[in-house]
Amino acid sequence: MINLASFVCGLIFGLGLIIAGMANPAKVIAFLDLAGDWDPSLALVMGGAIAVATGAFALAGKRASSLLGAPMQLPTRQDIDLRLIFGSVAFGAGWGLAGFCPGPALVALGAGLPKAVIFVGALLVGMLAYELINRALTQATPRAQQGTH
Amino acid sequence: MTIDWQHFTPWTSLGGGVLIGVAAALFVLLNGRIAGISGVLGGLLQPRAGDIAWRVLFVAGLLVAPTLYGLATTLPEAVIDADYPMLVAAGLLVGVGTRFGAGCTSGHGVCGISRLSPRSIVATVTFMAAGFATVFVIRHLLAV
Repeated sequence: MINLASFVCGLIFGLGLIIAGMANPAKVIAFLDLAGDWDPSLALVMGGAIAVATGAFALAGKRASSLLGAPMQLPTRQDIDLRLIFGSVAFGAGWGLAGFCPGPALVALGAGLPKAVIFVGALLVGMLAYELINRALTQATPRAQQGTH
Repeated sequence: MTIDWQHFTPWTSLGGGVLIGVAAALFVLLNGRIAGISGVLGGLLQPRAGDIAWRVLFVAGLLVAPTLYGLATTLPEAVIDADYPMLVAAGLLVGVGTRFGAGCTSGHGVCGISRLSPRSIVATVTFMAAGFATVFVIRHLLAV
């Protein structure tokens, strides 16, 4: 059931991205282009999603396990560290360069767009590079890897 | 700044956002997890027993979405202006960045803000600012 729920959630998420216009990088860039002809649509995507999800997370926070009996695994970290800032700057820069963040890139890959193949390939290489860098950093400072995300 | 009313799509964007919210809500209530795409994907690169199938199936759902949508109606056009070298640079930055920053638009921007997580609010403000700045440099300073 957990696996079926995962598939259905991924599917609904993907359909939402397509309908919202997030799967079109040109529209994402038009949202990020404050100094040009600004298309504010994508602010409504985030607004709509947050409006719906807020209640569910409030409910989830009060439970020890999910409706299907899986342990409730919500992040607990509160600290704002350099990794969070550095990572978010790098992510935002990449997002602005191509107009793709991970979800829409996977949807575009599913649509068979050749440019999405290149982007997702580079994305996976970047994630693998993180694993190597993180391992090196963790060996240098053993307390670096704490918390679960 | 001028607002591009011609391309402004308030209702479909709001509707798509609501669907994304429904997916994130169902995911946490049914599976007890955050629907953060970079986290789901990244977990597949350090696979642990019993922690693989749900990730693969969530990604499969995303991959199948355009095909299912295309069966119902015409898939909207996706315009990708970036050339191949720029796509490689962008992919590497997004890959490294979302893993170091422990989240992307979905994990921090949707789920994290819904939970009022201070880390996610800081991350979202930071990556949005970096995105605005990058597009400004490329479009207006370098005029690519």
